Amino acid sequence: MSRILIVARNTFREAVRDRVLYNLVFFALLMIASAVVVGQISMDIETVVMVSLGLSAISLIGLLIAVFTGVGLVSKEIDKRTLHAVLAKPLRRWEFLLGKFAGLVLTLTVNTAAMAAGLFLAMLFVKHSIVRGDAVVLVAVYFILLKLALVVALAMLFSCFTSPLLAILFTGGIYVAGLFVAQLRNLQSTQITPQLQKLLSILSFLLPNFENYDVMGAAAHGRSIPASLALHNTLYTMLYCGIVLSVAAVIFSRKDLK
Amino acid sequence: MSAKKLAPWLLLLAVPAGFAGVWHLQGKLNAEHDALREEQDEVLVRSPELMKLATLEYGTLAADIYWTRAVQYYGTKRLGQDTNLESLWPLLDVATTLDPNLLPAYRFGATFLSQSEPRGAGRPDLAVKLLQRGLKANPDHWRLYQDLGNVYYLEQKDFAKAGEAYREGSKNPKAAPWMKIMAARFMEKGDSRETAVMLWSEVMESSNDAAIKENARINLELLRADDDIDHLNEIVAKFAASAGRPPRSVREMLQAGLIGGEPADPDGYAYVIGSDGKARISEKSPLFKEKSVYRRAL
Amino acid sequence: MQVEDGEVFGFLGPNGAGKSTTIKLLMGIIFPTAGSAQILGKPVSDVSMHRDIGYLPEQPYFYDYLTAAEVLDYFARFHGFNAAERSERVQKMLKKVGLETAGKIQLRKYSKGMLQRVGLAQAILHDPKLVILDEPMSGLDPVGRREVRDIILELKNAGKTILFSTHILSDAEMLCDRVGVIAGGKLRGVGTPGSIVGVKSAGMEVVFELADGAAAQKIREKATKSGTNYRMSVADAELYAALEELKGAGAKIISVTQIKPTLEEFFMELVGKDRAQAAAVEVSGQ
Repeated sequence: MSRILIVARNTFREAVRDRVLYNLVFFALLMIASAVVVGQISMDIETVVMVSLGLSAISLIGLLIAVFTGVGLVSKEIDKRTLHAVLAKPLRRWEFLLGKFAGLVLTLTVNTAAMAAGLFLAMLFVKHSIVRGDAVVLVAVYFILLKLALVVALAMLFSCFTSPLLAILFTGGIYVAGLFVAQLRNLQSTQITPQLQKLLSILSFLLPNFENYDVMGAAAHGRSIPASLALHNTLYTMLYCGIVLSVAAVIFSRKDLK
Repeated sequence: MSAKKLAPWLLLLAVPAGFAGVWHLQGKLNAEHDALREEQDEVLVRSPELMKLATLEYGTLAADIYWTRAVQYYGTKRLGQDTNLESLWPLLDVATTLDPNLLPAYRFGATFLSQSEPRGAGRPDLAVKLLQRGLKANPDHWRLYQDLGNVYYLEQKDFAKAGEAYREGSKNPKAAPWMKIMAARFMEKGDSRETAVMLWSEVMESSNDAAIKENARINLELLRADDDIDHLNEIVAKFAASAGRPPRSVREMLQAGLIGGEPADPDGYAYVIGSDGKARISEKSPLFKEKSVYRRAL
Repeated sequence: MQVEDGEVFGFLGPNGAGKSTTIKLLMGIIFPTAGSAQILGKPVSDVSMHRDIGYLPEQPYFYDYLTAAEVLDYFARFHGFNAAERSERVQKMLKKVGLETAGKIQLRKYSKGMLQRVGLAQAILHDPKLVILDEPMSGLDPVGRREVRDIILELKNAGKTILFSTHILSDAEMLCDRVGVIAGGKLRGVGTPGSIVGVKSAGMEVVFELADGAAAQKIREKATKSGTNYRMSVADAELYAALEELKGAGAKIISVTQIKPTLEEFFMELVGKDRAQAAAVEVSGQ
């Protein structure tokens, strides 16, 4: 366990010093600032626009970091051979993988928290007060973080057995597909055969359902989110990440590195 | 067997077990998400799949964009004196489909979809449809009942339905007391200027939207002008009775001692006597133009 | 192939022979299709045995945004040292490999030679029993190479076992107790550097200076020029006759050395044989 933490700590340190991350976070804060401006054009719904735009920015930037850095975690180490020296230590490969995952999730948490703070500052600026009901925005941010953790796990899985470019494409593809799980299951279209429909339906059960994490409507309009939903989303994420990372660990443990 | 050899077999057991848990949780999540969105009526929603495809998960954001566009569309059309507002409904339709809680869009549509051309799209039926969707998604927002009642009353002249709507709205404990009063008025008095004045006064007071407020203000002015003209016409009749002919100008009536001064419309222009011998608004007054626009249908 | 406790074992071979591959198999970076290997009595798949091993990968590369001190600290953590011990060892190692002033600079600014030193430092930081070095001299200037040689000898004197791979034969001759030669993916021989090449003498080489003169001219024809001097090879039996001749010509003798086949020649022969065999296979396979 402590070995996993050693790798996690190192991953976090390396990621935090990578200036690309700062640029992305800055960009997100910029988007939140622009939301304040946009809110004043669209009548009567400043807060709604700002929260929508702010959460969208946090989600988008988070996804970029999760996919690109997530893929890089394993690929870059294999490519640059930084991995070789580490594997010479009394460290099992799966411990290394978990450590990398934990380190990146920690990095994402810090980044997301920074952006959320920016959003709350913007909300304060526009509404001149923050009420308890605004806590729902924090829940929405937490859900975004859960989503990002799952995306990181997927990115790491793919980078264990495909090239970095393919890993990025596959991860992105699964994410987009995961937004339409319900529609995939019951697709009504004259353009696909019943067999393809069945296949898509089966696929819809295996794909992670990223719609679960979307509560932007509730957050933007200040409606409260039940605790049970948060609990179930957390459990869902943990379970799905567990599946993905287990498969990744088995693949990685057998992989011949260059 | 070493751990390494054992691992793939363990995975064969663990992964299906994991997915079983995932599906179980998904069932719970589906129910919870539905509860969070319980007001949505699938029948009223137009092609949500297509919309979602185009906007991915940023539905609320896209709704805001469409709403903004609707407002700008209306403003541009009015400024350019273009009477064609046929895109207003689709814009509001999409906006409220993507975000059924977009209250300002419902209120905007209530006024500007229902009013006849050129100040509105002339589609009170669509306004009703929009408001019904709004009420389904936001049953607590009693002002939508107010808007609905107004559409029935003003544009469709369905006083019974108007009263119904106001009464429904009045059931909400947060509703203003005059909701009940207005409901009663609709039922009892049908079409009456007094009711209309009360109605527009309420709209003007309660709205934050500049366009809606302006619209209400003009309607109120026209109603006041109507009152003034009715009053003037009574005096015209008196003059005609005694002089055997209608007066040629308001000055005549003034000279005859029938009125104390030259009454002016809410914009400050004196009323005139038309060639038909009836009082009317002066052509010089901006209200004259507005009347021709607002009362074109009548 | 077997490496004895406490010896310095050189793993020699031309580029692409399979030296790095073998070492990576030992370190569990790649997996064998057949066969087995053991280190310190445990199979190579047993990761806990890594506690007693230090490994320098070929062309090491570390984390761009960390400093040398931080990277060494990171590696040290896996061996369970407490913070004080880690700090002490890191400083000691930095000093040993000549990086004490560069310890706080981020690694992305390091030259190849500096990275090589960091690699060496992390390999010996935890005082391992066995040190495996993959091309430890690569990227270093002569001063650096001398320092690495000194470190290897120091480790040997401290009773460590060292396995290192190289294609620089003079290093192997100088440092190794025994060598293993690998070419074309196969082990070709194991033994002391001397025994590998055989001990037969191929004669003597005389290096001398010549003045002018008729007799000198005759000698000049027989010898080869080398800078301002001349060299001449003579069979063992004819050495004294040759020296007399040179003395008569007024030559100044600089040195007399025994000609031994070097590892290099052994190598070239080996590689030459391989290539001929491969060519023959190609031809016959058509």
